[in-house]
Amino acid sequence: MSDKVLMKGNEALAEAAIIASCRHYFGYPITPQTEVAAYMAKRMPKIGGTFLQAESEIAAINMVYGVSSTGHRVMTSSSSPGISLKGEGLSYMAGADLPALVVNVQRGGPGLGGIQPSQSDYFQATKGGAHGDFHMIVMAPASVQEMADLTVKGFELADKYRMTAMILADGTMGQMMEPVSLEYDIKPMPEKPWATTGTKMQRGHNIINSLSLVPEELERLNFERYKKYEQIEENETLYEEYMMDDAEICIAAFGIAARVSKNAVNEARRQGIKAGLIRPITLWPFPSAPFKKASERVKSFISVELSMGQMIEDVRLATECRVPVTLCNRVGGMIPSPEMVLEAIKEAAKNGGAR
Amino acid sequence: MSTTQFLFAGFGGQGILFAGKFAAYKGLMNEKHVSWLPSYGPEMRGGTASCSVIISDDPVGSPIVSKPDVLVAMNLPSLDRYEDAVATGGTIFVDSTLIDRKVKRADAAVYYVPATRLASDNGIPTLANMILMGNILKVMNDFDEDGVNAALKKVISAKHADMLEVNLKALKIGAEY
Repeated sequence: MSDKVLMKGNEALAEAAIIASCRHYFGYPITPQTEVAAYMAKRMPKIGGTFLQAESEIAAINMVYGVSSTGHRVMTSSSSPGISLKGEGLSYMAGADLPALVVNVQRGGPGLGGIQPSQSDYFQATKGGAHGDFHMIVMAPASVQEMADLTVKGFELADKYRMTAMILADGTMGQMMEPVSLEYDIKPMPEKPWATTGTKMQRGHNIINSLSLVPEELERLNFERYKKYEQIEENETLYEEYMMDDAEICIAAFGIAARVSKNAVNEARRQGIKAGLIRPITLWPFPSAPFKKASERVKSFISVELSMGQMIEDVRLATECRVPVTLCNRVGGMIPSPEMVLEAIKEAAKNGGAR
Repeated sequence: MSTTQFLFAGFGGQGILFAGKFAAYKGLMNEKHVSWLPSYGPEMRGGTASCSVIISDDPVGSPIVSKPDVLVAMNLPSLDRYEDAVATGGTIFVDSTLIDRKVKRADAAVYYVPATRLASDNGIPTLANMILMGNILKVMNDFDEDGVNAALKKVISAKHADMLEVNLKALKIGAEY
């Protein structure tokens, strides 16, 4: 392990993006993701890449739109209020079927909110992100290593499906340091015959656009896009199960909440309570299957979140409300403690899952 | 199977985050799992700084330290704020130059090190943090010169290689106190 280096999550993510051949970064500083931009500012000029601090988040996402149109790997990063500003661009990119990586290192909201960690942009990230029918592939790292790994994966999936992939992290993941290994076998970027690279008088024009004024045509595009989403749901769902083999109480948690919950599960096991954890790694597509399977056996679910209860809705949908699903949460930049989660587990065990 | 949770706390500028980072690398050199989590935001800018470091035989779960096994307090507000949080039977290191009261907890092992005075007496006024760190390593039976050097090389970038020697000096002063 000593060959590993300690890196902040934000820096590991930035370096992983460079390893994944991203040479264009556009952003605007905001705590707690500023290290991503700072790292890119330092590294990009040395490797012939572009780092540009835009005049605003809106400008940055539209620069991403532009570079993506030319077929190059490109990214932007921000934190919650900044992501809201990027909303219009995200929707346009979905309408134009453009790949990109977008990073949200979440902080407490709504509004300008605070700067401490949060998961309260779950709805925004997983239910589209802006106007119109669309999805982004949303991935939630729970370690510095995953901040890097999922970044590489995000670029690959974005290109594969011609859509935005989002890393939905939080202040803790961005700021913490852990050992990380950045050795990847980067697959060559897929051909992008749709990119606007100049016709050289050899082919017709490629047009990148999200405007479509003929309803029949726009409907067709939407239906096609959702066929693609079905494939993604089938093939790209990621999750981790922890102590689920004989679990009677199942925790649902992602990111930092999953890290805290693991401590609580371990302590519950020491006290003789059969607790387990399902950690969604992709939040969209949501790993419904393991939750559905667990719901045939476990007595109850506890959704541990740094929000007022957002993922809990997907847990209830996945489990078809067969057994109770309760919420254990802190918000506003606060993080549930392992003791708080343990109490919720004990409470659930006491109730025996009775409604 | 063992896990040690450290909380380093003091003023911004005392090298709290640096000391924590060194401790994490020292753990990494010992083939342990480690995590380091700083406080961030306005409190970093002139107020209190703190960081959570976990060194464990097992993968680290939550990186947040709320009940430290080891508290390193480099100013009075930090001791006031975190003394009660220390785990039963835990250890508290106090910079006794800057903190003139005694620790109230009777169930904790307490080490008073006049780190800030030792630092200025030895002409390294900015390295009280590493003097404390040296004492911590001695108390925890973890002061091996090779490991310390290796960790220092990780935490001090090549650009600042001239700082290696004084940091080592500080660690030794702490270890010999």
